[in-house]
Amino acid sequence: MDNHKPSKDLFVPVDTTNDESDKITRPSLSFWQDSFIRLRKNVGAMIGLFVLIILTVMAIFGPYMNEYGEYDQDLSRSKMPPKVEGLGWLGMDGMLTDVQSADTLERAQEKALMRFNNQDEFIETEVLNDGSNGEKAEVQATYDVYAAKGMEENFWFGTDGLGRDQWTRTWIGTRVSLYIAFLAAAIDMLIGVTYGGISAYYGGRVDNYMQRFIEILVGIPNLVLVILMILILEPGILSITIALAIAGWISMARIVRGQILKLKNQEFVLASRTLGAKDNRILQKHLIPNVLGLIIINTMFSIPSAIFFEAFLSFIGLGLPTPMASLGTLINAGFQSLQIYPHILLFPAIIISLIMIAFNVLADGLRDAFDPKMRE
Amino acid sequence: MTRYIFQRLIYMVITMFLIATLTFFLMKFLPGTPLSAADKLSEEQQAVVLEKYGLDDPVPVQYFNYMVGLAQGDLGISFQFDNREVTNIIMERIGPSMQLGIQAMVIGTIIGMLLGLVSAIYHNGPLDYTSTFLAVLGQSIPSFVFAGLLQYYIGVKFGWFPVALWEGWEYTVLPTVSLAIFPIAIAARFMRTEMLEVMGSDYIVTARAKGVNKFGVVFKHGLRNALIPLITVLGPLAVGLMTGTLVIENIFAVPGIGEQFVKAINMNDYPIIMGTTLLLAFMFIFIILIIDLLYGVIDPRIRLAEGE
Repeated sequence: MDNHKPSKDLFVPVDTTNDESDKITRPSLSFWQDSFIRLRKNVGAMIGLFVLIILTVMAIFGPYMNEYGEYDQDLSRSKMPPKVEGLGWLGMDGMLTDVQSADTLERAQEKALMRFNNQDEFIETEVLNDGSNGEKAEVQATYDVYAAKGMEENFWFGTDGLGRDQWTRTWIGTRVSLYIAFLAAAIDMLIGVTYGGISAYYGGRVDNYMQRFIEILVGIPNLVLVILMILILEPGILSITIALAIAGWISMARIVRGQILKLKNQEFVLASRTLGAKDNRILQKHLIPNVLGLIIINTMFSIPSAIFFEAFLSFIGLGLPTPMASLGTLINAGFQSLQIYPHILLFPAIIISLIMIAFNVLADGLRDAFDPKMRE
Repeated sequence: MTRYIFQRLIYMVITMFLIATLTFFLMKFLPGTPLSAADKLSEEQQAVVLEKYGLDDPVPVQYFNYMVGLAQGDLGISFQFDNREVTNIIMERIGPSMQLGIQAMVIGTIIGMLLGLVSAIYHNGPLDYTSTFLAVLGQSIPSFVFAGLLQYYIGVKFGWFPVALWEGWEYTVLPTVSLAIFPIAIAARFMRTEMLEVMGSDYIVTARAKGVNKFGVVFKHGLRNALIPLITVLGPLAVGLMTGTLVIENIFAVPGIGEQFVKAINMNDYPIIMGTTLLLAFMFIFIILIIDLLYGVIDPRIRLAEGE
């Protein structure tokens, strides 16, 4: 083996002056910058954010875009179909159509005309099936409501049963939903985080009592709790606010507690305490920022369920009282004339679905961005 | 294990007791009495009515009577239906609600699982994107909006299924589908995540390396292991269905508990409101208990962690 000893001349010292392998070539990113870059790459979340911004702008300015007020009733213009110049191909042409069938063609024609009060000059009929093949005759009637009523102005989303403008009312209702979104987020952040943080940080007997209290609240289904609260407080925006405040923060409190229990015994907290930091400072400067990612994710997921709750309560008549507009009450009103005037239901239903989808997609994106481990 | 169950049962009784107390006193604060619409009655008549419902006793006595009755399964007499016991009304109406709930749960989880499975197998393919998109829609669109769409298109426009009422199996189709949308979405998303995680684990790679074909691996090894965590979402799903039946039963005029509950709220019928609230709370707690126990039975690792 000795003859394999290589000659020392084969080795040359490495030139260390120009070595760049240890240098970090990319700028170092903080947790937030990194998350934000990931979020921006998520197409779905960006679309969700965009939709939410548009809906918010519309909720703020939409009601002022025409001259009809939220409560302007006028029975002469009730249940007008939607009409927008240039959007006729979308079905927003101000026409009502209906198909009538009968045993003979004449009878079907007659029924089709009768359907729209026999105002012949504004009705166009089209024979779908003349009944010669043994089936029932079918006639489709198209009725130009705006011409028949001699109406010059257009109702973009149509009008409801009392002649109130659906466009104005839908955007006013959107405001309610967005207010609820903001409220749910605020409650989660304030009550949930504080409760969970205090419970975990002080531990011991405090934690024990606070957790027993939560266990009782958790035992009562959220819905039942909210309904009971609203029964006591009379329906209205205030009672929904209070009901959400009571029921909305529990899951957040539990998550924050779990995280802080994990964090509070770690070295950086001990170091801070050794340097003389007070409890408040440790909670605010060290513990909460470390849980902030999770807090944001959880807040985002609680927003759609709060919006659903408000719409749901308004829908079953426990939310906003009748003259006020919320997407839930508008949808409920839409159900009453669903068979003949589906447009009354259509627009509030589309808007609330858009809000819910946008919040859910954005929440998914935020979760992927802040917590890559949880990525699906 | 028996000790654990016993402990949980005691917790359950305490929680139910607290909820019953809470609902009782909340009801006492409510505006309006069953007599608020009965100004025409003379004072003597009002006294007779109050006595009949036990409302003339002081509140602590009323509370005691209510609790004693509750322990015996007696929820009191309804205000709106003369002389009808709340227990009977609930028993009568629980059938349709249970049927809808169970149908929606079974159909929802099965379809959801299949969707999630397809997503995981064709990961990042067009089928995956389609089913993920559908799941987001199902999770986002409120059940009553979806019910409206179904009612208008399937019920009115095409006339395939009846729009409302409760007179046979075809009447259950639309409400069941409206209710099932949420479980489908949740189960699909959950299944996809779990399946992707399981499919990346070592034993799957081993099975593939030994030459088991793709579908054999998915169904024999993957699915079985992905199913365990699915049990955890069943609880929240069941609770969501209970909420859902409240609106869906009203939309489709199903004679169930939810429809009765909403009516009772509008009529100030406290005994029915209290009875239904307690029933909902009981089912909620019971479902959570069953799922906790099931979880321990199916996954031995959890039992070990609890030191049983």
